[in-house]
Amino acid sequence: MQTLRPPFMMIILFTVLCGGLYPAVVTGLAQILFPRQAAGSLIFDHSGRVVGSELIGQPFTDPAYLWPRPSASAEFAYNPMASGGSNAGPTNPAYLATVAKRVQDLRAAGINGPVPADLAQASASGLDPHITPQAANQQIQRIAAARSMSAEQVASVIAARTEPRQWGFMGAPRVNVLVINLELDTLIP
Amino acid sequence: MNIHDWQQTILFFVVLLLLVRPLGGYMARVYQGERTLLSVLLAPCENLFYRISGVDKDEEMDWQHYAGAMLLFNLLGFLVLLALLLLQHLLPLNPRGMTPFSWPLAINTAISFTTNTNWQNYSGESAVGYFTQMAGFTVQNFVSAATGMAIVIALIRGFTRRRTALVGNFWVDLTRGVLYILLPISLIAALILVSQGVIQNLRPYQTLPLVEALKYDKARVDAAGSPHLDAQGQPITDEIVVSEVTIPMGPVASQEAIKELGTNGGGFFNANSAHPFENPTPLSHLLEILLILVIPGSLTYTFGKMVGNTRQGWALLAVMLLLLLTAFGVLHWAETGDNPQLTELGIVGGNMEGKEVRFGLAGTSLFEVAATSCGAVAAMHDSLTPIGGLVPLALILLGEIVFGGVGSGLYTMLAFAVIAVFVSGLMIGRTPEYLGKKIEVREMWMSIITILTAGAMVLILSGIAMITPAAVASMANPGPHGLSEVLYAFASMANNNGSAFAGLNANTNFYNLLGALAMLIGRFAPAVAILAMAGSLAGKKYVPPSLGTLPTDKAPFAVWLLLVILIVGALTFFPALALGPVAEHLTMLGGH
Repeated sequence: MQTLRPPFMMIILFTVLCGGLYPAVVTGLAQILFPRQAAGSLIFDHSGRVVGSELIGQPFTDPAYLWPRPSASAEFAYNPMASGGSNAGPTNPAYLATVAKRVQDLRAAGINGPVPADLAQASASGLDPHITPQAANQQIQRIAAARSMSAEQVASVIAARTEPRQWGFMGAPRVNVLVINLELDTLIP
Repeated sequence: MNIHDWQQTILFFVVLLLLVRPLGGYMARVYQGERTLLSVLLAPCENLFYRISGVDKDEEMDWQHYAGAMLLFNLLGFLVLLALLLLQHLLPLNPRGMTPFSWPLAINTAISFTTNTNWQNYSGESAVGYFTQMAGFTVQNFVSAATGMAIVIALIRGFTRRRTALVGNFWVDLTRGVLYILLPISLIAALILVSQGVIQNLRPYQTLPLVEALKYDKARVDAAGSPHLDAQGQPITDEIVVSEVTIPMGPVASQEAIKELGTNGGGFFNANSAHPFENPTPLSHLLEILLILVIPGSLTYTFGKMVGNTRQGWALLAVMLLLLLTAFGVLHWAETGDNPQLTELGIVGGNMEGKEVRFGLAGTSLFEVAATSCGAVAAMHDSLTPIGGLVPLALILLGEIVFGGVGSGLYTMLAFAVIAVFVSGLMIGRTPEYLGKKIEVREMWMSIITILTAGAMVLILSGIAMITPAAVASMANPGPHGLSEVLYAFASMANNNGSAFAGLNANTNFYNLLGALAMLIGRFAPAVAILAMAGSLAGKKYVPPSLGTLPTDKAPFAVWLLLVILIVGALTFFPALALGPVAEHLTMLGGH
C-alpha cells in the first residue's frame, strides 16, 4: 500500500491544482482584467443584442457585402460548431476543381486580374474572420454598385478598418469582414 | 519574405535565445533543490504535496524505482482520464450535455494525453465538456510534460553522479516541474492570451443571428445514412436556411497556455491553434510558438549547467537551431511557391489553403516547424504543398529533437549524442566517452532503443495500414498524398507529436487502437530505456578527459552529431518519403 499512496495522492492533488484551482484563477483574473475578450469579443448592436464575434467569421454572398474566404467547415460554411479546414491535398483533383469553380465565380462577380489566394482557398479554421487588403480592394466596385455608394466611400470604410501588422511587424495586414459589413449596413442599410 | 517577415523572424529568435540562459539556469536550480525567487510562495505548497502523499523528498530512488513510480503515476493518470471521458455525461460543467466517448476513442484519447502526444480523433467543441477539458486534459497537459522533464533530469544526473545507483526522486522532480516551472509561466501566458482575445469562461455556448442568412442544399439521407435518390437517380436535397449559429465557449486560455508550454498540442477546438478563439492575433501566435520552444530550448542550458559545462548544452542547441532554421526556410519557400495548376487560374499569394490570413505565411511557416515539437497546428498540414508537408513529417521522423517535446526532445538528442560519440570512438579506435563517462554496450543498447523504437513502429504500422482495406478507406486524398496521410499519422503518434494530416479519418477501431499502441510504446519504451541508461551511467566512475577524448562542446562535434542524425533519419525513412511527398511534388510540377 505504501507504494500506491504517492501516485494516488499526487494525481488527486494535481487534478485539484491544475484542473481546478489554476483554471479558476485564470478565469477570475480574466473576468476582471479582460472581460470582453474572455467572453468571446462579442459585438453588440445599439439595443444590446449580440450580433456576432469579432473573431468568428460569418458567411456573406450578397453582392452588397464584403465576401469572406471560402470555408470548409462541416455541414455549412462558417459553422462555428465544426471548425476545421478542407484537408485537401494540393494535387487532389476534386480540390483543384473546387478552386477552379471558385475562381470562375469570382470572375463572374467582377474580379479581374490576379485572384488573391485567400479568396479562392479555404481557411484552416473555417472561421477566418479576415481577408487580405488586396482581396477587399478587389470587391470595392461590386459593393459600391450594389449599394449605390461611390467607390471612394466603400474604399474609405475598408481603409479605415484595415488592421496593420501588429506592432508594425507581426503577422499580416488584414480586413475584418464582419466588422466592415456591419459598418456598411449602418451607413446604407 | 519581406522586411517585416525578416524583422518578425529575427526578433523571435533573439527573444527565444535571450530566454534560454535565465530559464535554463532557473530550471537547473529548481531540479537541484536550490532556493529560487518563487520558493517563498511555493515551498509551503510543495511540502504540503509531499506530506499528503507520504513522500520523503530527501529519499532518492535507483532507476528501477524511478521508472516504476513514473509508470505507476502515468497508469493512474490514464485511468482517471479514461473515467472522465467515459462518464462525462454525469459530470458537472457540461452545458452542452456532451455524451460519453466510445471505448476505442476513449482509450486512444486517454493514452494520447498521458503520453504527451495529444493526437485527437474527436472535435473538442462538439464532444468534450468543460469539466473533462479542465480536470482531464489540462491536468495531463501539466503532468505529462513534467514527466518528460523529470526523465531528462534523471538522465543528466546519471552523467553528473559517480558510483551511485541513485538518480533522484520522481515525486520531487514531478512536483517541482509543475509548481515552479509550468504553473507560473502558464498563468502569465494564459492572461496574455486572454488579452489578445482567447476566451476564458464557463458560460453556455453563445447563439447569435447571422447578419446574412445562409442557404445551402442538404442531401436527404435515410436512417442508414445512404442518400435518397429521385426518379432520375439524382440525390434529393433540401434547402436549409441557417439564420443563427452557435459559438462555442469554454476555459480555453488556461488550457492553451499549457498546451503550448508543455508541448502537448491538443486543441480545445478542432481547428487547434488555427481557431480564432485559440489564437486570435499575430502576437498570440508568436507567443504560442515561443511557449512551444522555450522549455525544450532552455533545457539544453539546464543540461550544460548541471554537467558543469554550459558549452555542452549550447552545442546541442546549435544543432537543434540549425535544423529548425533550415526546416523553416524550406517550408516557407514551398508555401510561397507556385502550384502550377492554381497559378494558371490566375491565383497569386502562395498556398493559402488551410491557412489563416492574420498570421501571414512567414508566421504560419514558423509555427508549423515549431509544431513538430508540440503537435499544435496553426495551419492544416494536409493542405501544405508536398514539400511543405514533408518538412514537419521529416522533423517528426528524425525523432522529435527539433526542439522536441519538453524533456523527451533533449533525452532523444542525448541518445543521438551517445551514438555519435560511439561511432566516432570506433573510427579512432578508442573507448568512447561522453561527459566523462565511458559509453559501453548498455548505453548503446538504450540509445538505440530510444531512437529506433518510433521509427520501427512507423514503418511497420504504416505497412499494416496499406494492406488493410478499412485503413486505406480512411484516406481523404487519393494517390501518394494518401500514403503521406497514413505515414504522418503513425509518425505523429509513435513520436508523441499529435499533429495530423487531418483529412485521414482516424476515428476508426483500426487507427484508435493501433494508434494507442504506437503512442504507448513510442512514449514509454524510450522513457524506460533512458532511465536505465541514467542508472547505468550514474554507477560508473568519472574518466577525466585525455588527449584522445573527443571534445563534445566544440563545433566539429556539433557538425558530426548533425550528420549522424541526418544519416540515421535518411536511411530509415528515405524510401517511404520518396513514395509519399516526393512523388506528389513531382506530380504537382508535372501538372497531372
